[in-house]
Amino acid sequence: MELICPAGTPASLEAAVEAGADAVYCGFRDETNARNFPGLNFSRDELRRGIAFAHRHGVKVLVAINTFARAGAFQLWQSAIDDAVAAGADALILADLATLAYAARRHPGQRLHVSVQAAAANPDAIRFYVERFGAQRVVLPRVLGVMEIASIVRETACETEVFVFGGLCVMEEGRCSLSSYATGKSPNMQGVCSPAGDVAYAQQGGRIVSKLGGFTINAFEKDEPAGYPTLCKGRFVTPKSTGYIFEEPVSLDAGVLLPALRDAGVTAFKIEGRQRGRAYIAGVVRSFRDILAALDQGRSAPVTGLAAMSEGQANTVGAYRKAWR
Amino acid sequence: MQLTLGPVLYHWSPERWRDFYYRIADEAPVETVVVGEVVCSKRAPFKQDLLPDVIERLEAAGKQVLPASLILVSLPRERRQSRELMQAEDAMVEINDLTCLASLNGQPFAVGPFVNVYNEGAASFLAECGASRICLPPELPLPAIATIAAALPQLAIEVFAFGKVPLAISARCYHARAHKLTKDNCRFVCEVDPDGMPVKTLDGAGFLSVNGVQTLSHGCASLLRDIPALREAGVASLRLSPQGCDMVAVARLFRDVADGRLDAGEGEQRLGELYSEVPFANGFLHAVPGHLRVGTGV
Repeated sequence: MELICPAGTPASLEAAVEAGADAVYCGFRDETNARNFPGLNFSRDELRRGIAFAHRHGVKVLVAINTFARAGAFQLWQSAIDDAVAAGADALILADLATLAYAARRHPGQRLHVSVQAAAANPDAIRFYVERFGAQRVVLPRVLGVMEIASIVRETACETEVFVFGGLCVMEEGRCSLSSYATGKSPNMQGVCSPAGDVAYAQQGGRIVSKLGGFTINAFEKDEPAGYPTLCKGRFVTPKSTGYIFEEPVSLDAGVLLPALRDAGVTAFKIEGRQRGRAYIAGVVRSFRDILAALDQGRSAPVTGLAAMSEGQANTVGAYRKAWR
Repeated sequence: MQLTLGPVLYHWSPERWRDFYYRIADEAPVETVVVGEVVCSKRAPFKQDLLPDVIERLEAAGKQVLPASLILVSLPRERRQSRELMQAEDAMVEINDLTCLASLNGQPFAVGPFVNVYNEGAASFLAECGASRICLPPELPLPAIATIAAALPQLAIEVFAFGKVPLAISARCYHARAHKLTKDNCRFVCEVDPDGMPVKTLDGAGFLSVNGVQTLSHGCASLLRDIPALREAGVASLRLSPQGCDMVAVARLFRDVADGRLDAGEGEQRLGELYSEVPFANGFLHAVPGHLRVGTGV
């Protein structure tokens, strides 16, 4: 079982390596990756040094180049791919047909992973990526239950990687334009969702109102913590109800499901959070390392106590259990 | 400029759905009609028996009919549907997920707006696989559309020109959730909102529409005023997505404006009378937030 950990900065990469990651994933400081946040990500030089550091410790580095290339500007994505390969990346995480086709043709020996942004949600779609591009691993969208994951593993020759902790998309990844409808910036094109530059907080009648692109996303009473206005986790009004109509402001914690996911045949567990600091990285990686060690030794998994690490106010096992189904 | 009627995204009653297409066949000036349930596989059986009649009627009226595939495919029955669609011999299919490419037999196909074609490289890859037409993702701005169309002149490039904009798809049903039902026991409550369930902000501003597992915009896309720019960009076809308004009249307006028989400003004013429930938007095309309306002073 591999533990795949996020690194938004060289310091986080070192923290993840030291805390026991099997592999670290990161991206370049531009729109080629889906965590294109100010102050995050790696320069070419930082990536080279990060990979050298990780390799000295026997840890792999996966480079996410997982946005959809801007028309007429493929050079930016092409050079990200070429430079990641030259820097010694152990795998590229790609979503766009254009980047996959280019990487498979130009760097035939390079290991390719299908990003969660590619939304490959069944064995047929996965087979397409394997046959056309030689993809060796697919990161599964967070819309699947454990049983569905088990059946995917049974039917495909491709390795599978699943998210087990951190931020949680409730919509299928790579197919969501909610953010650009409100702000003009989307995960697919700019590598951002509900970007901070479009967020505003205002006092209204004793409540704190959070807005995104001018739309009210949530309102909080004085004693309620005012959360970040991620669009799909806001409170809205429908003719039937008022409240969290898509999802509550929860994060994913599938710690308790690791045995089931392992039995399903999943190759790698992934932690979300390239935008998070090194304390988060170190804490979460250590907790999951402990759970995996317990599983290896046939002990019951320790309670994670990761709730404090979450961005949301509560945790969920997400689609893996499909309580709503 | 050609016109394409997109698939009905909402869960209309089988009779309403059939009669809608009969009228489109008889009266709407569109060249192409995309049919089939693309949002929720649970809804498909309601239309299955009517589909052959609808297709026959549309084809008899001279329309090109494209059966479309499901957007999010995860269950075995959904995989089977996608596979059977691709294996049907005579019809050109509009694929909405790359799942369909796994059962491709070298036949030409159309690409729907739910496949991520953001650049000429992706379009070119699909063309090599056999794509002959592509409806681009609604969030794509005009320069990207122009670049893709210029790079692949052999492809018919289509843009999403009218209708509430599909923004997201999920495994989870938000209609069922709003009605406090589970997805497996949803009682098809999405049928009560034939134009989507309105989602407002806490301060009452229209924002989104829920259509089962799909989320659409509250505002209705209208690229009526952008037709000259789209033609200039090499766009071959405009997609009109069925809403709960008179779609025959909408198609006639787009036809008249595209053919120069009607001024675009006048056309959009009439469009507002046909579909007065929601504001119009074209922000995506102009690389600003999708809900905005740009260029009304033209």
